[in-house]
Amino acid sequence: MVPDAGRQARRGGFAGRLVRSEYFVLLLCALYALAAYPFVPVLFSAEVAGNMIADMSPLLIVAVGQTFVLVIAGIDLSITAVIALSAVVGASIMTQAGGYLPGNGGVLPAILAMLGVGGAVGLLNGLSVTRLNMPPFLVTLATRMFFAGLAIWYTTFHTTSSSIADLPPLFTGLYDFVVLTLPIGESVLTLPLLPVLIAVIVVIGAHVTLSRTMLGRWIYAVGANRRTARVSGIPVESTIILAFTICGVCAALTGILMSSRLQTGSPILGENVLLDVIGAVVIGGTSLFGGKGKIVWTLSGVLFLVLLDTTLKLLGASLFLIFIIKGAVILAAATLDTLRNRIFVEH
Amino acid sequence: MSEARPLLSVSGLAKSFFGVRVLHGVDFDVFPGEALGLVGENGSGKSTCVNIIGGVLKPDAGEMSLNGAPYHPLSPKGAASAGIAFIHQELNLFGNLSIEENLFIERLPKHRMLPLIDRRAVRARAVQLLREVELDLPPTTPVARLSQGERQLIEIAKAISMNAKVVIFDEPTTSLTRHEVDRLFTIIARLKARGIGMIYISHALDDVMAVCERITVLRDGAVLGGGPRDEFSLARIISLMVGRAIDTIYPERMVPPRADPVLRVEGLAQPGVAKDITFDIKEGEVVGLGGLMGSGRSELARMIFGLDAFSRGRIIVGDKVLANPTPREAIDAGMAFLTEDRRGEGLLMDFSIAENTILAALGRFARAAGMLEWRKVVTESKTMAGRVHLSTDRVVETRAKHLSGGNQQKIVIGKWLMRMPKLFILDEPTRGIDVGAKQEVYRIINALVEAGSAVLLISSEIEELMGLSDRILTIYRGELTGSFARAAFDREILMGAVTRPPRAEAG
Repeated sequence: MVPDAGRQARRGGFAGRLVRSEYFVLLLCALYALAAYPFVPVLFSAEVAGNMIADMSPLLIVAVGQTFVLVIAGIDLSITAVIALSAVVGASIMTQAGGYLPGNGGVLPAILAMLGVGGAVGLLNGLSVTRLNMPPFLVTLATRMFFAGLAIWYTTFHTTSSSIADLPPLFTGLYDFVVLTLPIGESVLTLPLLPVLIAVIVVIGAHVTLSRTMLGRWIYAVGANRRTARVSGIPVESTIILAFTICGVCAALTGILMSSRLQTGSPILGENVLLDVIGAVVIGGTSLFGGKGKIVWTLSGVLFLVLLDTTLKLLGASLFLIFIIKGAVILAAATLDTLRNRIFVEH
Repeated sequence: MSEARPLLSVSGLAKSFFGVRVLHGVDFDVFPGEALGLVGENGSGKSTCVNIIGGVLKPDAGEMSLNGAPYHPLSPKGAASAGIAFIHQELNLFGNLSIEENLFIERLPKHRMLPLIDRRAVRARAVQLLREVELDLPPTTPVARLSQGERQLIEIAKAISMNAKVVIFDEPTTSLTRHEVDRLFTIIARLKARGIGMIYISHALDDVMAVCERITVLRDGAVLGGGPRDEFSLARIISLMVGRAIDTIYPERMVPPRADPVLRVEGLAQPGVAKDITFDIKEGEVVGLGGLMGSGRSELARMIFGLDAFSRGRIIVGDKVLANPTPREAIDAGMAFLTEDRRGEGLLMDFSIAENTILAALGRFARAAGMLEWRKVVTESKTMAGRVHLSTDRVVETRAKHLSGGNQQKIVIGKWLMRMPKLFILDEPTRGIDVGAKQEVYRIINALVEAGSAVLLISSEIEELMGLSDRILTIYRGELTGSFARAAFDREILMGAVTRPPRAEAG
């Protein structure tokens, strides 16, 4: 029919294709880096690049988890509490200062316990959302406060200081297990390979799950229209619970990497990353209303945020200025997303 | 017919979307005190026409005049202030506000001295308007509590209050009960008496013939015929609309029902919704379920499919007993369900045709570890698009929301055909779709039934039930009131059975 054909046609042209492209944010990253180069030439040095990639890894893992929850039209505010709680639980098990299983032998049980904490909190979030029919924002706001408080309380039973230190060398060495050192020109690229490898595995696994598997279809369908998904025989509740659980486990994984890097189990670990994570996912183009989002987008969003952070720090911007600029960029990204949908995709 | 000057005159209206012309110089006139019936299939350009008149779209070419003066609305607001009222199919009222607040939402009268709303003026005017549309409700009633028909009357009252000269009705009767339709027609007659002109768009051609003084038939964006109603017969309108004569709307089925029941419903009950419902459907049989809105017909279907709970009874599909079904179990047992809410429950509007088509049969495309075979997804979606005669085979590129209602419905049907259902429950499968698409839906139903599947068909159109069913069950307030074999189909008797409780009929 005629109008069908008409409405299908999208506005073409180079600009249109560019703005709609999967890699639009990646392109923005490149443009931004080029624009920043004259002011901070070190941005392109191997040392800074290595630092950026290292900084990205933990953030990326937790952002990937958040993407799952955002796609099912949820939001998980509890991720920072998960990072903190898993850090102190893990540390309490393996710390050489009175842990349950002190020393290197306790590292594996500790890591499993940390992942378990993440999974359990995620499961609790998912169950509350589906069984009690509460909005994800409210549920995870509550669990965030509860578990963040619990993390601090739990710490007081194991140490008199503010964090659980004295972690076994096997664990603290994890982050720097294999470090790639590569002199490039005058600068040296130092890259801890293990966290980068873990991040790459998580990203690829998540990408394949969302784009290629049946579970991925379920997740998108549930996020786009829960009622249609239900009528079509998709296990809506299990899908939601699973998405929150994946998010929790990803946050715990980030908790492991961050604790290993800081060599301590801190109950305020990751306190500031929540808005960075949600911001990065949204900058990438994932919708807060569900049904729309990709891991590639999240990757671009995280890269952009880290790039922004790094350049501003190199420029010597103060913390509050960094916050102001990040806020403006996230707002601009959200506006841009609305605009590009309206101008280039709709009629 | 009146020889008066036209109230609204449209000539040479043209419009293209992305280089595709959807209107090729459309002309028509609306006279004071008359209704113009604008009919045509989905995609024939009716909506584009009225959207231009209503200021939603701008025409590429063409002239419009209102009361003799050139009329070029820049926005819906401009159209409204010029005297065009648009009563949309999906009504634009605020459920959380009261009737009176909705009536005056755009221009709530202000208090003389204080920057507040003059509640007393609002009340007085609202009472008067409600009387004009025969709605006997306090103006403080929240709109959320009103039925679809009552909400429509509020929209009409709003049009009256704004001194509309031309009122556009887009499919006004689709979600109304017969009683509400009659009331609507009375009010339309009253609007005519006030000299208001109307544009009346509907797929219900009987209604168009009953209400309109003039008829204009559109096909593919051009006027195929126009003039006084007396020059048209139903058959002529249909043949103009679809470009060919349709002699039998309901195609014959060659294969009679078999003896084995596919579905048995035993003693299904849920307080306030269903009372001890027992029936069966056999292989190769179409069972029609007739009832008024709110009679429990859709609720019954939802219970059978596991979407709503029931307190007693059981459902048997083939040899599987479902005591407490979920949609997933119902689907695994061989059921499929096309709900009455196509957009809200049938489709993922933002997703492609292919993504929608595979949604209920994902397992078919999964290999190890749940990995989907995309190539198979695309080829099978294309095959399905062909099978249901979709207007496009660009199944990956085209999103559901960019298709017309008829094509959207075909996607939903295709999604379920992917599973080859043993029992297909169809709730209002042809609501809001045009004659051509309707016939295709009927053809698909028949092919499925001839292959041995069973169908439970729910429809507000008695003709449709009579044309397709082997047997019709009637339901009234959650109770089955009759079962009629094809030989015993009679419009009057069926109408009686759906509008009366069983005891009244006996007594």
